[in-house]
Amino acid sequence: MSRHVVLIEDEPNIIEAIRFLLTRDGWSVDTHSNGADAMDVIRKAAPDLVILDVMLPGKSGMDILRELREAEDGLCDLPVLMLTARGQARDREMAEKAGVSRFMTKPFSNAEVMDAVRDLHAQATQS
Amino acid sequence: MARETLTGSRIRERRLIAGLRQADLARDVGISASYLNLIEHNRRRIGGKLLVDIAQVLGVEPSMLTEGAEAALIATLREAAANAPAPVAETDRAEEFAGRFPGWAEVLAGAHRRVASLERTVQTLSDRLTHDPHLAASLHEVLSTAAAIRSTASILAETGELEPEWQDRFHKNINQDAQRLAESSRALVTFLDESDTEHERRGVPQEEVETFFSENEFHFPSLEDGSGTPDDLIEGAEALASKASRTVARVALTQYAEDAALLPLERFSTSLAAERLDPMALAREFGCDLQTIFRRLAAMPQAVLGSEVGLVLSDASGSTLFRKPVADFALPRFGASCPLWPLFSAFSRPQIPIRRRVSQVGRSVAVFDCFAVAWPQEQPDFDQDPVYHGAMLILPVLAEQADQHPAQPVGSSCPVCPRAECRARREPSILSEEF
Repeated sequence: MSRHVVLIEDEPNIIEAIRFLLTRDGWSVDTHSNGADAMDVIRKAAPDLVILDVMLPGKSGMDILRELREAEDGLCDLPVLMLTARGQARDREMAEKAGVSRFMTKPFSNAEVMDAVRDLHAQATQS
Repeated sequence: MARETLTGSRIRERRLIAGLRQADLARDVGISASYLNLIEHNRRRIGGKLLVDIAQVLGVEPSMLTEGAEAALIATLREAAANAPAPVAETDRAEEFAGRFPGWAEVLAGAHRRVASLERTVQTLSDRLTHDPHLAASLHEVLSTAAAIRSTASILAETGELEPEWQDRFHKNINQDAQRLAESSRALVTFLDESDTEHERRGVPQEEVETFFSENEFHFPSLEDGSGTPDDLIEGAEALASKASRTVARVALTQYAEDAALLPLERFSTSLAAERLDPMALAREFGCDLQTIFRRLAAMPQAVLGSEVGLVLSDASGSTLFRKPVADFALPRFGASCPLWPLFSAFSRPQIPIRRRVSQVGRSVAVFDCFAVAWPQEQPDFDQDPVYHGAMLILPVLAEQADQHPAQPVGSSCPVCPRAECRARREPSILSEEF
């Protein structure tokens, strides 16, 4: 069964690299680069996992994460890997309070991203 | 312990510096060693001929033994104790410490000032890192580009057989990102370089401005006669080391020049001689607002005023915008002031003049007449709250006149104020006196 991820990121070359890695690993990947309608994209795609940048045009990744956790249509349990250039403790704490599944600061390694994606998916399918 | 009672400590200190035994000094001035011992432990008062004789033997001026350490030094020592992580210092003996070990006291006070300055700098830079949109955007740009390069380069390096089409695409992406990274890094370095050229005391511009004004005794002849401009004065002013302090000084000096043009020195001096220090009479005579009179009085040379004058300007948050210290009225260098100052009462009744006789309690009790007013900085408009500023003129009251009217006790700031039962207290005092 195909595993499906939605990547919300506004950096085109990061999108391209992560899409390549995930596709090679057997994932189907939807990408989107604007925060404003990210919830609609996620809801429509119904993915197994979301990779979410924090600083996005239109709406911050943190706000999108909060909306996901408050959603009543099953999105509240969706694993979310958050990517950010802001790696301060309080940013991490804020993300954890908002319900992030994994928090990763840029610049990350490909291996870190892939390990996180696989771990989160494995945890989600086991529960 | 009051300053004047510490003469004995200073005698002991000077004697030890001179390498004299107690018995030697006592013999030289014709008293017993046990009596000198009582004097040195501040258990006997000393003055007159005996003091002069001791000073002569010790090779110092008598005033060196009778005058205490500077009040500012003691105040700074108390601030240092207040800010200590644990209440270990003998805060009630700050004056004795300053009197006996003036050099060490200066070292400690200097270290405290430097720590406070550096803390401000750290706080300012931390705030900038958190809130400066330009810096945040620059860092985000650099890190995002670095992430893209790292990820793409790893794919090229680690993926065994990569299709030529993907290879070309990723090479092109790396090239694009490398160029972006070079540009954003250069922009970031330029931004930080500009910050580094600022003086290390960045974040305390008011302190630099006060130093600059103090060096000029708060009076600028070239602005009085119009022969100079604020920028002339700022250029080459060593005290104004940071861009922020130069900006603050420019505002204050421009205001000074406007006030001087409105109330020329010669005419204002003449009126001052006639009206004495009556701000309201002067405001009526010149047809201007009280705050202008306050500022103008603070800009007068002491020879014209005939008395010391202090001035504090603040905004409605209580933050000090400008201050001219006056002896024995302690103005905190850092942190919040006493909320009982008439200056803050003025904010509850803008444009209403307030006069209060106050006594500042602390090491000594001094009495002052304070005149305060608050005013909107801009024309009030519907649907927009004006920004208010306040000014307080501080005039010392002569000792013989101090009892003529009741004085409201006020402090400097809570941590160094000894009034335990103060209704305005925000936090405990470090001082044990009166507790």
